[in-house]
Amino acid sequence: MSESKLMSWGRYPAYSQTAFLSSWRDDLAADVSHLVREHGSTLAFGKGRSYGDSCLARSDHVIQTTLLNRFISVDWGTGVIVAESGVTLEDIINIAIPNGWFLPVTPGTKYVTLGGAIANDVHGKNHHVRGTFGCHVKQFGLLRTDGSTIVCSPVKNKDFFEATIGGLGLTGIIEWVALQLMPVHSSNIVTTKIRFNSLNEFVELSNELDHKHEYSVAWIDCLATGNSLGRGVFIVGDHAHDEIFELRNNKRISVPIIPSVSVINRFSLYLLNNMYYRSHKPGRHAGIDNYDPFFYPLDQINNWNRAYGSKGFQQYQCVLPNVNSEEAARELLIAISKTGNGSFLAVLKRCGDIVSPGLLSFPIPGISLALDFPQSDGLISGLFSSLDKIVLESGGRLYPAKDAHMKAKDFRMFYSNWEKLDLLRDPGLNSRFWDRVTSI
Amino acid sequence: MKNILIIGATSAIAVACAKKWSNTDVTFYLVARNAERLKQVSEDLRVRGSSKVHTYNLDMNDFDKHLSMLDDCNSTLSCIDLVLVAHGTLPNQNECQADVNLAVKEFSTNALSVIAILTLLANKLESQGKGTIAIISSVAGDRGRQTNYLYGAAKAAVSTFSEGLRVRLFKSGVHVITIKPGFVDTPMTKDLNLPALLTSSPSRIAECIDKGILKKSDVIYTPYFWSVIMLIIRFIPGFIFKRLSL
Repeated sequence: MSESKLMSWGRYPAYSQTAFLSSWRDDLAADVSHLVREHGSTLAFGKGRSYGDSCLARSDHVIQTTLLNRFISVDWGTGVIVAESGVTLEDIINIAIPNGWFLPVTPGTKYVTLGGAIANDVHGKNHHVRGTFGCHVKQFGLLRTDGSTIVCSPVKNKDFFEATIGGLGLTGIIEWVALQLMPVHSSNIVTTKIRFNSLNEFVELSNELDHKHEYSVAWIDCLATGNSLGRGVFIVGDHAHDEIFELRNNKRISVPIIPSVSVINRFSLYLLNNMYYRSHKPGRHAGIDNYDPFFYPLDQINNWNRAYGSKGFQQYQCVLPNVNSEEAARELLIAISKTGNGSFLAVLKRCGDIVSPGLLSFPIPGISLALDFPQSDGLISGLFSSLDKIVLESGGRLYPAKDAHMKAKDFRMFYSNWEKLDLLRDPGLNSRFWDRVTSI
Repeated sequence: MKNILIIGATSAIAVACAKKWSNTDVTFYLVARNAERLKQVSEDLRVRGSSKVHTYNLDMNDFDKHLSMLDDCNSTLSCIDLVLVAHGTLPNQNECQADVNLAVKEFSTNALSVIAILTLLANKLESQGKGTIAIISSVAGDRGRQTNYLYGAAKAAVSTFSEGLRVRLFKSGVHVITIKPGFVDTPMTKDLNLPALLTSSPSRIAECIDKGILKKSDVIYTPYFWSVIMLIIRFIPGFIFKRLSL
């Protein structure tokens, strides 16, 4: 179905994309040049898990890579896997775990393609010890819309390698990827969950525990105010050593339709956040989780984005540099809790100091905060504009993969390398996001 | 199912089936026209754990070469536990109406070449006295519709041929299953505007095929709801059917 319509994960902005499905590596160059000829420019589209407009083509005609999902080779001795760019992280996990390997870095959903993981240089709960996804990419093939292919690695065509990692799909179509996997001794994660009562406690826990554990993340109740501001649950984890390798493919529930209004509102949020917080007793609690619920809790609800209704939603994700992080995070939470709006389970996470090869990689050492908001007319001019101010003053930045509102001047300040990327950008590729933040 | 022969191994449904069946105990013998794509599919299966993947390059319209392919397959697999016949094209009905040669060629690809290879395979499996022949036909073969009756006619031939074959081979312990997929989201159908609600992924079809083979079903509609749709369509009387723009 080459004519299927696609949207970004947040369903905002609502530029519906016409998809051209490419099925074979040997057809890709012709498919891409066909789209560029017909529509001026295009953009690769994978599983559509970017939230805002970074995955939307300027021309609204994308080349969908989900059928370019074949593995090419693997060496279970060294853990290097080579695959087409439409292979998803789920596909990789399913063959890696039985062989004693796992993704070195995984975001909070396994339904992203390899190409998407590189283009957004995604990170996960182990950023403080492993850096971003791009730190583990050994090589990839980059198809330019003129038909040429550039093989990129940290030593070969380094400029394109660095521009493509976190390059938002603008330097070319990633055709195949060689990824270094991480050896593990179990599909289980040994966890410790700790309820905390304030931002200050979060920072203390993070300082005490992060360096001792592979994974670290916190869920916070963004609606709590006053003395409870910044309360939440801190979770650390490590791969177990029990030599159990079990795939988990749960039957999932699904949001079958798009309700006309968001079912996520002030009332349901208050209830859900409170319930989650109270379901954890004070103190430290050890446990064992399978990798699937540990990393991908939201994947268990198909199309959860639909719960936000026909207007969709926006995610606000920023990273605040260490020096100002606690203060700035507090200001952000005060501003958000005042509105009574915000996510069920906002995510708070410490980013480490491992530098990504990517020119436009998002994480900097500090604290990253991510929350979802139902789309409404005054969201950008109201709440987001006051949040932006706090982020700017703290020296932090916003995440293009999640963004649908960042001002052009803010983007250029956050990502001073943007012009270097623009120089290496393929003239046949452009996104709604890039057009928004670079033109004017 | 240890030794699996797949004809048309680069077709989306065949690939989805192969992925489902791929494990260390299986030996694949894959036949397809496009050598490069055949290589890509076999690499994928190897990474997924099938170390024994053999390939053979063949255009199924070269009837004369069917026998040498099968000889090679015999020497590689000795016994065929399962054969999936999945090759085919989706002809453009309008072009076929305007061009006799094209119509004949498309009919050959989708019906004659299937009948040719099944004739050889039937004898082989009959002499083995065991095994399964799975044949991909289509719901399109159940009625002749103005929009794709050339394809429909070819698939009707395949369905009827395989039904007869099933009766003949039943006595020798060989099972023949006719698979009739509805709308499937594949490269073959990518120029059609298929209704999303009725369109399935190749992996969903592969699940159904796998179940049908295990249950030794004779004819399966995939997914199952197509049996209901086609039951209704088969019951539409001719004098009404000819007035519909299906």
